[in-house]
Amino acid sequence: MRQHGACLRCGFCLGVFMVSFYDRIEANKRNSYVLVFFVFLLVFAMVYVFSWMFFGDDLFGFFLGAIASIIYIGITYFFAGKIVLSMSGAREASKDEYPYLFNTVENISIAAGIPAPKPYIIDDPAMNAFAVGNSPDKACVAFTTGLVKSLNRAELEGVVAHEISHIKNYDSKMATLAVVMVGLIAILSDLGLRSMFWGRRGGGGGRGRGGGIMMLIGLAMMILAPIAAHLVRLALSREREYLADATAAQLTRYPEGLASALSKLSSHSAVQRSSDATAPLYIANPLTVNGLFSTHPPIIERIKRLRAM
Amino acid sequence: MALLEIILIGFGVIVLALVAFVILTFNSLVTLKNRIDNAWSQIDIQLKRRYDLIPNLVETVKGYAKHEKEVFENVTKARAGLMNATTVAEKAKADNMLTSTLKSLFAVSENYPQLRANENFKMLQEEVSNTENKIAYSRQFYNDSVLEFNTKIQTIPTNIFAGMMGFAAREFFKTEGVERENVKVKF
Repeated sequence: MRQHGACLRCGFCLGVFMVSFYDRIEANKRNSYVLVFFVFLLVFAMVYVFSWMFFGDDLFGFFLGAIASIIYIGITYFFAGKIVLSMSGAREASKDEYPYLFNTVENISIAAGIPAPKPYIIDDPAMNAFAVGNSPDKACVAFTTGLVKSLNRAELEGVVAHEISHIKNYDSKMATLAVVMVGLIAILSDLGLRSMFWGRRGGGGGRGRGGGIMMLIGLAMMILAPIAAHLVRLALSREREYLADATAAQLTRYPEGLASALSKLSSHSAVQRSSDATAPLYIANPLTVNGLFSTHPPIIERIKRLRAM
Repeated sequence: MALLEIILIGFGVIVLALVAFVILTFNSLVTLKNRIDNAWSQIDIQLKRRYDLIPNLVETVKGYAKHEKEVFENVTKARAGLMNATTVAEKAKADNMLTSTLKSLFAVSENYPQLRANENFKMLQEEVSNTENKIAYSRQFYNDSVLEFNTKIQTIPTNIFAGMMGFAAREFFKTEGVERENVKVKF
């Protein structure tokens, strides 16, 4: 389904737009490494303080902190995508069952100049989609059965183009890592808080040398970590979504496709197996109730911008 | 002697900045050029896929529509034309020619219900259609890449150095001309 209506306009914007597009890839790659670095420090600090409180040994805490951090980073970095996919109940799509979906993903990947990501399916009547992966050649893109059934060809092409834009941008890398690494920290800090209230072994508070201060620091970290998690997700700014929408329009040369898809999605996007943690990854808010912090820009605004192109 | 030192340092900084600029510019132009070459090879892959499908397609149609000699000749000629094309412009022209002869072929086959029902024919028609879609998308990516590259080497300040570094504007893969002509179908 090829539309050439907006060709001239898109062509003109293309020159100006392309510059910022490839800059964004560099920015996202950089930010991913910055994120990993800070998570490393945070986990290290948490484990250090934690083990100090329980075992009262500095050196032990230091090594434990370093090892725990490295293991944590290693696991989350390499398995972040798979973790999100299994949390969402996604299964690999078969080419026989979804030939048109496969074709669309392949075609848009060609237009974007990246290898085609693996399509996944989520069994849910709601209409939604997300993309994960550290790089275009390791990426996966998931769609709900509701979305695949209800969208027409141009609309599906728009959604696929939006997801592929995220992958090409390395937005998916940044977002997947943020969601998994920071999400797990929230869980760990929760565990930490609980065990603190259930008592400690070893010589925690009685040791001279600022034992009380350490405890306070530990407590502060356990409380601040989830807040930091929220902030990181906010930092996955709304700009990302607008940019992905614009890039999708550029790839399909037909902004109305995505605009029409978004208007269909606007009231049917609540996915069962989504959570606060993975919400930012989806194309539209998958939560039934909007949390305090919403990472998606309002759909009406997104549609408006697309239709103004 | 302080003033002299300041002037020398200032001069050094300017030279360093210039060198850095030249290196960065060269690297980004190389990246863009490689992207164009990559995009071109993607087009080539799809063109080859279609090229390989055609003999089978022609044979299948001949089985039901022997008399449509002109159509078959056109397709075969156009296919050979694609084989002989080397430059971007030649390949674009040959591809457009082949696309329009294939359109005639499929238009003609509308008149032969038995052919239309043939499983092999249906599969080949779908394959050709898929491939032409992919050609369209890879052409788009190629043209996007060429646009970015050409724009960069034609704008200031890169245009000052681009020629010296051996970068020249690349051709677009155009679709006008043959494809826009009316397709003539003879019965």
